Amino acid sequence: MILTRRKALQVGAAGAGGLLLSGCDALNDSAPFKDGLADVGRLHELTQRAIIGDSLAREFTEADMSPVFKANGSLRIADPAYRALLAGGFGQWALRVDGLVHRPLTLPLNALQAMLQRTQITRHDCVEGWSAIGKWQGPQLGAILSAAGLMPAARFVVFHCADQLEGKPFYESIDLIEAFHPQTILAWRMNDAPLTEPHGAPIRLRVERQLGYKHAKYVMRIELRESLAGLYGGKGGFWEDNRGYQWWAGI
Amino acid sequence: MDSTTSISDSQSPLRGGDLVRRHAGVTRLWHWINALCILVMLMSGLMILNAHPRLYWGHYGSEHDSAWLVLAALEDTAFPGWMTIPSDYSLADARIWHFAFAWLLVLAFTAYLVWGLVRGHIRRRLHITRAEWSPRHILHDFGEHARLRFPTGAAALDYNVLQKLAYGGVLFVLLPAIILSGLAMSPALDAAWPWLVDLFGGRQSARSVHFIAAMGLVLFFLVHIAMVVLAGPINEVRSMLTGWYRLPREKEDAA
Repeated sequence: MILTRRKALQVGAAGAGGLLLSGCDALNDSAPFKDGLADVGRLHELTQRAIIGDSLAREFTEADMSPVFKANGSLRIADPAYRALLAGGFGQWALRVDGLVHRPLTLPLNALQAMLQRTQITRHDCVEGWSAIGKWQGPQLGAILSAAGLMPAARFVVFHCADQLEGKPFYESIDLIEAFHPQTILAWRMNDAPLTEPHGAPIRLRVERQLGYKHAKYVMRIELRESLAGLYGGKGGFWEDNRGYQWWAGI
Repeated sequence: MDSTTSISDSQSPLRGGDLVRRHAGVTRLWHWINALCILVMLMSGLMILNAHPRLYWGHYGSEHDSAWLVLAALEDTAFPGWMTIPSDYSLADARIWHFAFAWLLVLAFTAYLVWGLVRGHIRRRLHITRAEWSPRHILHDFGEHARLRFPTGAAALDYNVLQKLAYGGVLFVLLPAIILSGLAMSPALDAAWPWLVDLFGGRQSARSVHFIAAMGLVLFFLVHIAMVVLAGPINEVRSMLTGWYRLPREKEDAA
């Protein structure tokens, strides 16, 4: 009697668990359901936008820095053109700023270095869960965009990068609120040394109120756009297009 | 034989076998919403943890730093597919599930807490009296539970001190801790509300607290289910579905 009841409970629990799991996987594979969940997730973007205003991410002291700052994503670029630039200390390299701007710019590394610099020691939060604290230096993105002069239709800043993942060009995008945030810089210096290849030489984006996958490395070109539709997968970034990460990476 | 009555309008003394109204509709609704949210968030949370199954104290932490808990090597999977949502590795999908159900969890919890506190429901059911706080009383209740001797008759209507501690711990410690530590992991909210992450002493500490609170809820769940099964699963589940609960019969009645 007890054995049968126990057996029944076990079978029932296993059955319920199996149903639940296969049910969840079926729901996960259903586009309308997952899009619905993602729409609920969009509430995080709306509420966080309303809450964060122009607040600054915490800045730490040198004593707080991670002994080793983990490098993630692309670590080495195979492209021969990039390797030639790297070998030349990026003396021949220049950042292009184009799209919906009045004055497209071509900015060599020494021009970026000659601009007003911002140095900040901040925490980098990877979507995977780890964090590292490092020191970054570079010009504010807002100053570069102001120099280029935005057209009224410009709404998104797209970063085209030198690296490829799975044979696809890497890119990322942010909106103008994050782009003109004072802590959003194009860092060419990290922990008091020029940016190394694993960390995105010659420059990487720092957008301190967002998760690590928004911090594009190896930035070659900045494009101002009205919409993200029609660009690669249309979701505003390599990870958004190919993995389903959310474009808003504030959480 | 059986009389049906509610707790509030009981005229004659209640005894074992009586059918009584045990759980308010709001409590029942919240219980099942919360159960669903906890299950989905636990399973999607374990998938998220699979992405980096190491836990640290302080502001920073990666595999270059020392972890207080290593659940698996980075190249291995800490939690198998039957424990996770989705069952195949996808950090992005797990985050979509986790963050959607987080809204439901937080809104339902907040609404229940406000209702329960304003209406005095939580105080009536969970307030622990001075006498109940005495170690002697707690030890006695613990001994009764360990011997699987549960209250019968009208005594089964009120929660005993261990139940009050367990339910109060979920409502006032585990759920607030897991919600606040979850929010403290958001880089955007950390910029807006620096005190939030300071509450835990850093983002990686918040992540550790989040996991510990989740394990606390798992422990609660396991004991909760065991108690439901031991106390009579049909009667217990029915009371949380319909509100009606049959008071356990006194020893003499059972003979």
